[in-house]
Amino acid sequence: MKIAIASGKGGTGKTTLSTNLASYIAESRDCVLADLDVEEPNSGLFIKGELIHVEDKFKMIPEWNRETCELCGNCQKVCNFNAVLKMGKMIMVFPELCHGCYACSELCPTGSLPMKFKKMGELKSYRTGNLHFIESRLIIGEEQAVPLIKQTIDYVNENFDMEMIKIYDSPPGTSCPVIEATKDADLVILVTEPTPFGLHDLKLAVETVKQLGKPFVVVINRHGIGNDGVERYCKEDDIEIIARVPNDRLIAETYARGDLLYPVIPSVKEAVKVISGYIESFKRGEK
Amino acid sequence: MKIVFTAKGTGLDSAMDPRFGRTEFFVIYDEESESIDSYDNRAIENEAHGAGPKTAQKLAEYGVQVLITGNGPGNNAARVLQAAGTKVYVGAGDMTVREALEAYKKGELKEF
Repeated sequence: MKIAIASGKGGTGKTTLSTNLASYIAESRDCVLADLDVEEPNSGLFIKGELIHVEDKFKMIPEWNRETCELCGNCQKVCNFNAVLKMGKMIMVFPELCHGCYACSELCPTGSLPMKFKKMGELKSYRTGNLHFIESRLIIGEEQAVPLIKQTIDYVNENFDMEMIKIYDSPPGTSCPVIEATKDADLVILVTEPTPFGLHDLKLAVETVKQLGKPFVVVINRHGIGNDGVERYCKEDDIEIIARVPNDRLIAETYARGDLLYPVIPSVKEAVKVISGYIESFKRGEK
Repeated sequence: MKIVFTAKGTGLDSAMDPRFGRTEFFVIYDEESESIDSYDNRAIENEAHGAGPKTAQKLAEYGVQVLITGNGPGNNAARVLQAAGTKVYVGAGDMTVREALEAYKKGELKEF
């Protein structure tokens, strides 16, 4: 059972909800939390677990063999990302632009672009009680988040039981990294804030998950600020709002200390309880 | 010698475009003949990735020796420009092409 926590707009509370929800669920059963925002993972600021596993993650990039290359330029023609260029008598490869699609390598008539491993990041696995926390982090300078997100999801699928609840803390936005993080999910929870900016990006996020054909619901964070635009939009479009987390200075203070919220703030505890209940009934096929 | 400028238009009085990879136009000045040529680079908008190296490759086809721009190319583009043997001068982003040319001649621009 995979639940992606996404948002469209950044800073609406994806990590806050993911860490609190996963920790709350883990009080009573095994739960996985995977931080898929590999460009800037931050769930780890709130989860203090024991490090149990680390592994390097690699992507495949082509390496030019000048001895066998006949400089036909086909590689440059088939690359959609300008990651391979022919410059005079030289083929230049730009590893950061490469999506590892193998096109240049496979279609090279002389086999002069064999694919080689390149380290792109690191995956770490932590454990605290029933909570299994997986965090992947791109190394500095790496531009491609998608391959690392994919490999992190693969790791989760290979190492944890299908039935276990898995919370995916997704990247912000609506581009490729978010698609990768949510396309494997059974349910998407969109966290938004009740402001015009929050609404604007919520609409984009809704369009995206609709295209992916994913069931989705909304959680409003910082309820009480802004206006009623998000509420009206959800009502008109028949989108279910399953919880509202109030705007509260104590939440900001606790968050800023790197502490979990629900153990000390009753309104957050109530919200994660309701959301966890929703996930349970969704899992049973009642939603 | 051919000197190329990243610009928002096609002539000497056009404003410079401070960007390299996604510059709208190139203004190409031939020192020998004192003639002006230009290249419309706006198709680069369609490239989601790798605008820098792509533009640098285009530039290499023109056989220019000197590039004058604003912010300077990124790493990937810089590798291509280096391979092409193009010298790069930066800091002309707020000038017109004519002013940038004068500044270059007076040695006022910084080499990248």
